[in-house]
Amino acid sequence: MPRPVQYNITEKPIETPIGMVEGPPGFSGEGFFASKLGDVVGLARKNSIWPLPFATSCCGIEFMALMGSHYDLARFGSERVSFSPRQCDLLMVMGTIAKKMAPIVKQVYLQMAEPRWVLAMGACASSGGIFDTYSVLQGIDQIIPVDVYVPGCPPRPEAVLDGFMKVQDLVGKESLRRRNSDRYRDLMKSYGIQ
Amino acid sequence: MALSNELIRQKLIDKFGEELTNWEEPYGMLTFSATKDLNLKVLQFLYDDKELQFRFLTDLCAIHFPERKGEELAVVYHLHNLVDNIRIRFKVYTDINTPDVFSATALYAAANWMERETFDFYGVNFIGHPNLKRILNIDEMEYFPMRKEFPLEDQTRKDKDDEMFGRS
Repeated sequence: MPRPVQYNITEKPIETPIGMVEGPPGFSGEGFFASKLGDVVGLARKNSIWPLPFATSCCGIEFMALMGSHYDLARFGSERVSFSPRQCDLLMVMGTIAKKMAPIVKQVYLQMAEPRWVLAMGACASSGGIFDTYSVLQGIDQIIPVDVYVPGCPPRPEAVLDGFMKVQDLVGKESLRRRNSDRYRDLMKSYGIQ
Repeated sequence: MALSNELIRQKLIDKFGEELTNWEEPYGMLTFSATKDLNLKVLQFLYDDKELQFRFLTDLCAIHFPERKGEELAVVYHLHNLVDNIRIRFKVYTDINTPDVFSATALYAAANWMERETFDFYGVNFIGHPNLKRILNIDEMEYFPMRKEFPLEDQTRKDKDDEMFGRS
């Protein structure tokens, strides 16, 4: 008997044939629309996140299902999976990170341009998972800051979609000044960055 | 005459006599050991002899026996005669405080990485190895993880949430 799926179990009526993103709150009149710059930038950013898949093991296979037609991450504006860290906004770390791999993950993170976000997919990337051993990093948050953790071993694609939507939420609501704040600088300093 | 375990054993005893000990044949695989100073001489003989011609090093590894004082570390060579398709196992023992064993890299090129791995995990110091440094673990590691000198699990670890990992 198949495992019961716990996501998308409530049926939602389709309101419009094509899903459109709502505009930000603001004032509009004939030929103009006034809103906050932060809201517009957030809206643009959150609906065109370019992910960088850093897949080292089985979670990477689940990610392939996520990118496939059935689950289709492209619906969320992430059609373009880039393999160059310099073009990417979101680092998706999927799979066990051995201690020997840690400097590489950190280097990839450093190569990404600000603003950048990190999603840790699966038990191994989040906490080391079952690999409670001398050779495995016990969670990537020991070397880089993580925005969203997706638990599971491996998580179902729906769970990753859920995590991705959490990232979108963070991206959309982020203040334009956050990356210049002292708090953010201290966070980076605690990881030995800059 | 086809090569058999008895013949290999006879040839080795003719050459080295009482120096080779612990003869056994678990699952039909001839196994014996020698003192660690003799390891290269035995390997060279097995390699060069016209009939034995054990010219393929299948595997090289170490074992840690914490209770065997004075010979805690065993270095095991698995050799293969590709002509007659016969395998043998050869062990040397060393004290864990002076884990110096002669390197077999001059004889078998395959020994290079295997000895590095054995050094990495057990700390066997292979004398004469061209590049004896860690191969699989991070260079900063200060211990030899496969030695049986670590408790199975440290119950006082704080970096894991006990609830999530079945500890109480």
